[in-house]
Amino acid sequence: MTTATESESSTGYDAHFRVWRGDVEGGGLEDFTVRVHEGEVVLDIIHRLQATQAPDLAVRWNCKAGKCGSCSAEVNGRPRLLCMTRMSVFERDETITVTPLRAFPIVRDLVTDVSFNYTKAREVPAFVPPQELAPGEYRMQQEDVSRSQEFRKCIECFLCQDTCHVVRDHEENKGAFAGPRFLMRVAELDMHPLDAAEEEGLDRRTTAQDEHGLGYCNITKCCTEVCPEGIHITDNALIPLKERAADRKYDPVVWLGNKIRRRKG
Amino acid sequence: MATGTEPPPSPGGVRNATRAAIAEPHLRKDRWWLAPGATAFGLLAFVVYSSWRALSGADYYAAPYVSPFYSPCLAESCQTMKTGPNWALFGEWWPFSPAVIILLFPLGFRLTCYYYRKAYYRGFWASPPACAVAEPHRKYTGETRFPLILQNLHRYFFYAALLVAVVLSWDTVLGFRNSAYEWGHMGVGTLVFLVNIALIWAYTLSCHSCRHIVGGRLRHFSQHPVRYRLWGWVGKLNGRHMQLAWASLLSVALADFYVYLLAVGAFTDPQLF
Amino acid sequence: MTQVESQEWDVVVVGAGGAGLRAAIEARERGLRTAVICKSLFGKAHTVMAEGGIAASMGNANAGDNWQVHFRDTLRGGKFLNQWRMAELHAKEAPERVWELETWGALFDRTADGRISQRNFGGHEYPRLAHVGDRTGLELIRTLQQKVVSLQQEDFRETGDYESRIKVFQECTVTQLLKDGAGEDARIAGAFCYERESGRFFVLRAPSVVLATGGIGKSFKVTSNSWEYTGDGHALALLAGASLINMEFVQFHPTGMVWPPSVKGILVTESVRGDGGVLRNSEGRRFMFDYVPAVFKEQYAETEAEADGWYDDPESNRRPPELLPRDEVARAINSEVKAGRGSPHGGVFLDVSTRMPAEVIKRRLPSMHHQFMELADVDITAEPMEVGPTCHYVMGGVDVESDTAAAVGVPGLFAAGEVAGGMHGSNRLGGNSLSDLLVFGRRAGRYAAEHAERLSGAARPEVSEEAVERAAAEALRPFDGGADEGDEQPENPYTLHQELQKSMNDLVGIIRREEEMEQALERLAELRRRSARLGVEGHRQFNPGWHLALDLRNMLLVSECVARAAVNRTESRGGHTRDDHPQMDREWRRANLVCTLGETARQADPAAGRIALRRREMPPIRRDLLELFEKEELAKYLTDEELSG
Repeated sequence: MTTATESESSTGYDAHFRVWRGDVEGGGLEDFTVRVHEGEVVLDIIHRLQATQAPDLAVRWNCKAGKCGSCSAEVNGRPRLLCMTRMSVFERDETITVTPLRAFPIVRDLVTDVSFNYTKAREVPAFVPPQELAPGEYRMQQEDVSRSQEFRKCIECFLCQDTCHVVRDHEENKGAFAGPRFLMRVAELDMHPLDAAEEEGLDRRTTAQDEHGLGYCNITKCCTEVCPEGIHITDNALIPLKERAADRKYDPVVWLGNKIRRRKG
Repeated sequence: MATGTEPPPSPGGVRNATRAAIAEPHLRKDRWWLAPGATAFGLLAFVVYSSWRALSGADYYAAPYVSPFYSPCLAESCQTMKTGPNWALFGEWWPFSPAVIILLFPLGFRLTCYYYRKAYYRGFWASPPACAVAEPHRKYTGETRFPLILQNLHRYFFYAALLVAVVLSWDTVLGFRNSAYEWGHMGVGTLVFLVNIALIWAYTLSCHSCRHIVGGRLRHFSQHPVRYRLWGWVGKLNGRHMQLAWASLLSVALADFYVYLLAVGAFTDPQLF
Repeated sequence: MTQVESQEWDVVVVGAGGAGLRAAIEARERGLRTAVICKSLFGKAHTVMAEGGIAASMGNANAGDNWQVHFRDTLRGGKFLNQWRMAELHAKEAPERVWELETWGALFDRTADGRISQRNFGGHEYPRLAHVGDRTGLELIRTLQQKVVSLQQEDFRETGDYESRIKVFQECTVTQLLKDGAGEDARIAGAFCYERESGRFFVLRAPSVVLATGGIGKSFKVTSNSWEYTGDGHALALLAGASLINMEFVQFHPTGMVWPPSVKGILVTESVRGDGGVLRNSEGRRFMFDYVPAVFKEQYAETEAEADGWYDDPESNRRPPELLPRDEVARAINSEVKAGRGSPHGGVFLDVSTRMPAEVIKRRLPSMHHQFMELADVDITAEPMEVGPTCHYVMGGVDVESDTAAAVGVPGLFAAGEVAGGMHGSNRLGGNSLSDLLVFGRRAGRYAAEHAERLSGAARPEVSEEAVERAAAEALRPFDGGADEGDEQPENPYTLHQELQKSMNDLVGIIRREEEMEQALERLAELRRRSARLGVEGHRQFNPGWHLALDLRNMLLVSECVARAAVNRTESRGGHTRDDHPQMDREWRRANLVCTLGETARQADPAAGRIALRRREMPPIRRDLLELFEKEELAKYLTDEELSG
C-alpha cells in the first residue's frame, strides 16, 4: 500500500475494495486496501489502484461527469456509473465490491464487450425525414418534442440493458429482444412529431412487438431504477409503446377502422 | 470490437461462459428481498381475505351500505337493497356467490394493471426477484405468448373498471341515508365509503391505459390542447400509480370489512347526523 | 511481428466526435468508403460535454441576426487574430448545418412559433445558440451517430453488409500517420493503429486522412477535458510534417467545479450565466463590473439594475458583464481569488439560487442541477456553486487551408474541429465550437473525398513496409521499459503524466511569465528524457498503462508547442495572458506563430527540444469584411498601416 502524497491525505481513510479481475478464461475478486479522500467517487479509487497498485487494471471511462456513459459497472451488485457513485454513500468499514457488467461478455477486468447494444441500435430503422419539408422548414411545438427529448437524454451507458433480466438471465433472448434502450428509441421515433416512417410503409408500433421483442418486457422496471439520467423508461416509453402496439393489434375498433381506411386508400 | 455479430446462442444467464466468472447469482448486500417479500405478503393477504369474503355470499349488506365486493349485485340470490345496484341478470341457476360475477372485472383490471404485473412478477414469480438478482427460471418468454399475451387486454378491463367505479360512486351516494333509507344522513360508514371511492377513482384514472387513451396516443399534443392537459393531469396521477394501487386495495378491503362488521352486528354505524 | 493486418479505405477519419462524424458522413454520402477510428466507444466522444448550444445566426429569436453579425462577434471574441476566411465560412454556413441536423432527427428546444429556440451566450450580440436544455453536445453526437447508423442501414439494404461503406473502429488508437515516402512532397497513405481491447496492430491504407481528434487539455492538471484529449491529432500532424499555429492560445473556461477535488475542473456551463446566474466574491460583490475592459465598455452594463434589466429587455439595456468573453471572465476570477476574495475552496461563487425559482432552474439547467447534486452534494436551487477557471479548449491547431481544411504541406491530410487552428483566433466564443465542428467537419469530409477520388486506382499512394515496422517498434517500446537505457529504473507513465500536468498548469497556465515558461521548457526537456525510459507492466490487452505511455509522446510534443509559442508572444491577447506583457499589441495581431518538428539532427538530443518555431504574417482581412466594423473599433486592433492600406 502506497500512502498517497497528496496534501489532503490527512483527511483520508483506508477502504477495503474487492475488484473483479480476469478475462474470458476466468478470474475472480481481488482484495485491495486503498486510500480514500473526501469527496471522491468509486472511479477515483479505481484510478488510484491503477496508479499505485495495479497499473494494468482495465476500466472504461471518459468524461468523469456522468455525461458519456462509459464507466458502467456493478458496485455491490448494483449496476452503476463508477463516476457517479460517491464514496460517502458507503460505510468506512464496508467492503466495496466492484465487478464488470454481468449481462455482457467479459473482455478484461471491468471492461465488457457491449457490441450487443450497437447491433441492436442498427436494427431500429432510423428517423424518416418528411419528403415535403426542406431543411429549415421544420416547425415543431415544444410540447410535441418534449416526450422524445426525454428519451434523447439517454447517455447510452447501457445499465438498463445490463440490468434487464430478459437478457441478463437469458442469453438466448439476445437475438429477439432489443432491450429497454432500443425499445425506448422506437418509442422516441414513434412520438417524433415529424417522423414519416408510416408514409414509407413502416409501422413502428407493430414492429416494436414483432421485430424488437417488446412482448418480452414484463415491465418490472429495473431499467428505470438504474437509469442515471432518471429517464422514466418504463412509464414513459415502454408502457406507452405497449399501449400503442395494443392500438394496432388488440383494439378491434381501431383494427376495423384501419381495414376500412386501407380499402378506401 | 466485434460489432455486427450476433451473440452466441448458448443459453444461461450471469453464469454464461462468455461473461465474467462470478459464481454468486448476485452480489447485492442490501435487503433486496424485503420489497418483493412484502409485496407477496400483502397481495397474498388480500387474496385470502377477499376469497373468504367473496365466496361466503353472506354479510355483505347492512343498510344503507353494500360491500364493494358485491356491487353491483347481479344475481337473483342477492339481498334486497333499496335503490341499490342489484339487478337479477343471473337467475336462480347461478350456484356461486354473486360477488364472483362482478369481481371478475376489477380483478381483471388489477391483474392486468402495469403496476400489479410488476408486483406479482417480482413477488410471486421471481422474474426477477429484484434488480440484478438472477431469476431462477431456465426459460423466459415474457408476455410474448398465451396466456400472458392477454395482458394486452388491459384497456378493456379499464373500460369495465370505469363502469364499476360509477356504480361504486352511486353506492357512496346511497350512503348518505340512514338505515331506514331516509336521505340526508351520514355515518362513519359514509366516510369510509367516501375515502374508498376517492381512492378507487384515483387508481382507475391513474391507469397507464387511461393515460394513453386520453392523450398519450396522440402524436401532436399541440393540436389537441384539451387532451394534452388531461394527459398532463393523468400523468401526474400516474406517477403515483403504485401508491394508489395499494391504498385503494386496502380501502376496498376496509370498506368491505366495515360492512361485514355492521352486517354481523358487531356494532351499529355511528351516525354523524 | 511485422505481419500487420492492413485494410484499404478511401477516407480515414481519426476521431468520432462532432467534426469526425460530420466529415465521415460527408465522405460516405459522396460515395467514398470511409473508416472512422476513435479511442472510446462510438458515441462517447468529448463533444457530449458541450452544454450550451450551437451558434448559428438563424435569427429565430431576434430577426436582426445574420452571418455578418455572427462574423463580427467571432472576430471580436478572437481579438481579430482569426483566420478571417474561416470565420466567414463558419458564420455563413452554420445555419444550414443546424437545420440539416433536424432532417437527421435532432430535436432542439422550440420557440413559440415552432422554430429552433436560440439562447444568449457570452460574446454573442443576439440570442444565437440552438440548444437542447444544457445537453446540446449529447444531442449533436447522438444525431450524427444515428445518421451514421442510418447510412449503414442503407448500405445493408444494398450490400448485405452494414460496414461495407462506413465503418467505425471503436476503441482504437492511431499512433502514426503513414506516407508514401520521406520527401517534401510525400503524400498521406494511411494510418498505423492498434486496438485498445486486444493490443493488436493494424494499418488502414487510404489516400485521405481527416484529423478530428479534439484538444490537448489532458496536459493540464485542472481541465474540463476527458482522458482522450491528449493532443493526438496535433502530434500526428506534426510528426507527418504539418505545422501547428496559435498554440499559445489555450482557453481557460471561467467556470469549472473546484470542489470536491476529484471533480475539479469539470465544466459548469456558460448558460448558467446566460440564463441569469451571477458571479460574486466572498464579500458578496458582483465583481465582474470591475473588470470590463476598455474595448468592451460600450456593450456592457455599468450597474446591476441595468444588467438585470437586460435579460427581459435587451433592446434598452446593455448586457451583464458576466457575459463577457471567456478569457475576460476567467482572468477576473483568477484576480479575485489571488486578492483573497475567493470562496472556501479557492474559487468564486456562481449563484442562480437567488435569481430564479427552483422550478425554472431545474427545467433550464437540468444537467447542472444533477451534476452538482450527484458530484458535490450541492443543491444549486438553494445555494451558490463554487467555480474557478479550468483548461477547456485549445484555439491553436493544425495549420489548414480555410476553404478545404487541408493541412498545409501534407497532401491528403485534413483537419477539422478543435484540432484545426485559426478559426477562433486567440479566443473562442461559447457555442462557436459545435458550429465549427459541423461546418469544417463537412468541408474536411468533402475535400478529403475529392482528394481520394483523384487518387483512385493506380494513383493511390502506397504505404512503405518500413514505416509500418518503425511504427510497430515505437508502439512496443514501453514494454522493454527502456531496456537500452542502462540500469536506471523504468519510469511510471502515471507519475510522468502527473508531473507534466502540474508543470503546464503551474507554469504555462492562465497567467504567464517568461521565467516560469522557460522553467517549463526545462522541465519538459527533462520529462522528455525520462519518457525514453517509460516502462509498463502486463500485456497488450486493454492495458491502460501502456495506452498512457503512448499518449505521453503526444502530450509532450504539444506541451512544448504551447510553452514555446507562449514565451515567444510578448503580448496579452485572448487565451494568452502575460503578466510581464499585459497589453495587447497591434503589431502582434497579424502574426501567427507556427510550430513544426525541428531538424532531424536535433531529434537525437533530448534536451534540445523538438519543436521549431517561426513567425508568419497573416493575410490582410478582406475589405468588405473590414467594412462590417466601425473605424474606431478597428483602430483598437489593427495597425495604422493596415487601416490605411
